[in-house]
Amino acid sequence: MSEQTAWEIARLETGIPGFDQVSNGGLPKNRTSVVAGTAGSGKTVLALQFLMSGVRNYDEGGVFVTFEESPEDLIYNVKSFGWDLDGLLRRKKIAVVDATPDPGEINVEAGSFDLTALLARIENGVREVNAKRVILDAIGALFPQFTDSSTVRRELHRIAAGLRKLGVTTLITMERLDEEGGVGRFGVEEFVADNVIILRNRLDQEKRRRTIEILKFRGCMHQKGEYTFTVDASEGISILPLSAIELKQSSSDKRVSSGVEELDRMCSGGMYRDSIILVSGATGTGKTLTVTHYVKAAIEAGERALLFGSEESREQLTRNARSWGVDFEGAEKAGLLRIVCRYPEIMGLEDHLLQMRRDIGDFKPSRIAVDSMSAFELAGSRRSFREFVIGLTSHIKHLEITGLITNTTPMLMGGESITETHISTITDTIILLRYVELHGEMRRGLAILKMRGTQHEKDIREYVIDGTGMHIREPFRGIHGILTGTPTYMFSRERDNLSDMFSAGPRPTI
Amino acid sequence: MTYRLRLFITGRTPHSIRALENLQEICETELSGRYEVEIIDVLENPAIANVDKILATPTLVRKLPEPVRKIIGDLSDREKVLLGLDIYNSDFERTSN
Repeated sequence: MSEQTAWEIARLETGIPGFDQVSNGGLPKNRTSVVAGTAGSGKTVLALQFLMSGVRNYDEGGVFVTFEESPEDLIYNVKSFGWDLDGLLRRKKIAVVDATPDPGEINVEAGSFDLTALLARIENGVREVNAKRVILDAIGALFPQFTDSSTVRRELHRIAAGLRKLGVTTLITMERLDEEGGVGRFGVEEFVADNVIILRNRLDQEKRRRTIEILKFRGCMHQKGEYTFTVDASEGISILPLSAIELKQSSSDKRVSSGVEELDRMCSGGMYRDSIILVSGATGTGKTLTVTHYVKAAIEAGERALLFGSEESREQLTRNARSWGVDFEGAEKAGLLRIVCRYPEIMGLEDHLLQMRRDIGDFKPSRIAVDSMSAFELAGSRRSFREFVIGLTSHIKHLEITGLITNTTPMLMGGESITETHISTITDTIILLRYVELHGEMRRGLAILKMRGTQHEKDIREYVIDGTGMHIREPFRGIHGILTGTPTYMFSRERDNLSDMFSAGPRPTI
Repeated sequence: MTYRLRLFITGRTPHSIRALENLQEICETELSGRYEVEIIDVLENPAIANVDKILATPTLVRKLPEPVRKIIGDLSDREKVLLGLDIYNSDFERTSN
């Protein structure tokens, strides 16, 4: 982040979640910014949220100038966000300037004119509610009302200058025809191009992906590139500033138990409190069991745990835990555990991330488990999955709590998955659970692949699962290549082994 | 038939003055004795501009006879003004006779 220098333009905090981070502090104060985007990209919502947030969070009045949708329609449309425009209009917090053309009205142009009346009406609104924020929604709709678009351009320029004198920060929305290319239609960017924000709504592998990009803020620093955002009913727009996340979390020496005694010993005393642990293994290797142990350890320590299930329902998870002697229901009643189960497919990954962050904010757990992370792979494109994983894990790290996430590998023996490749660098500990085929029998092996900041055991240990949970036993000896899935045996008594193998007596072959 | 007209101007700008002069001339020659004109200065009376949804100034609004019509500009294009006020037809008939 840049230091605020004396000559840098002052900012107005918008209060739109994430926007002030990606813009390094908000919109340029007392200036006009343009929000451009294709139909349905969320321009009007963003603009209205800018006004609503001004009233709610900063007690700043707002004027709302609409060129396309009638005020009645707008008031009705944003009710779903819980925005009571009607009430704010009555309480003189927000003023509306209706600049929509009347259908069927005949306009004749007979001589030269200017748009001083519009400016005067906006000024009147600003005075009425003591506004600090003004939005002009869909100025593209102004152009067809007049024959000469150059007059409209010139007049908009004058209006922008007039608004600046009033000391208000203005947001203008403008429609684009394409996601790429020029900023807007009618050559508008030529006159109000100081500050441009672009909203995009692309189809990315059958999923809608909304992004916001600050193209330029003249004289101001801001984050570059596109940031994903979501639009939902409770908050409106939330921007997820992924690359704005800073790697500045402190690190703790405090250790917490994984819930498996022997595993703690293998890690020289347990997991670090503020670490991300990845448990990776094929189906049936005991990932959910590891999660159960981990949650149990939290409950026993009197700490709160939040478990996100993405493959099994709450009832299934509870039943499984019960079969290993862990009482999830009791822990939930005691307020130490919350289980949140959502199928990955029900919404986009951005929405999942937002919801999960909200759940974490509500419950304030000291441990989080996600079982499984890899189930989310299919709910979005590779890129949005990566952003989801990084967004969640960095949030967990930021809160300095413990996160355990599981990953299902596609192959029974060895192999790696997208989740592993995406998050192995941001996880602190990786635990591999693998099937090991030994003399025609399926056994299970556990290895700690890495653990940051501490010594750990390098052996691949055998473990068994019974009615009381996971039990880690001795290391496998004399076997190579367990992790690759093609083990080879190196027995000291090779000759004995061979004779054993054929003791049944092979039929002689010629 | 009485024409009820409302002219929106902004102070004493050249546009406003020209519109006032042009309207006066047209009313006297074309609508003598059958017009009422109300002059609204938007800077002083923005609320009325809100009601009539005025964006441009000067704007002449024909309130009566209905339907409501708006004539935008300083009214220097006399033909367009007459067309907009819909008094062109009678005028046209007179000149063609």
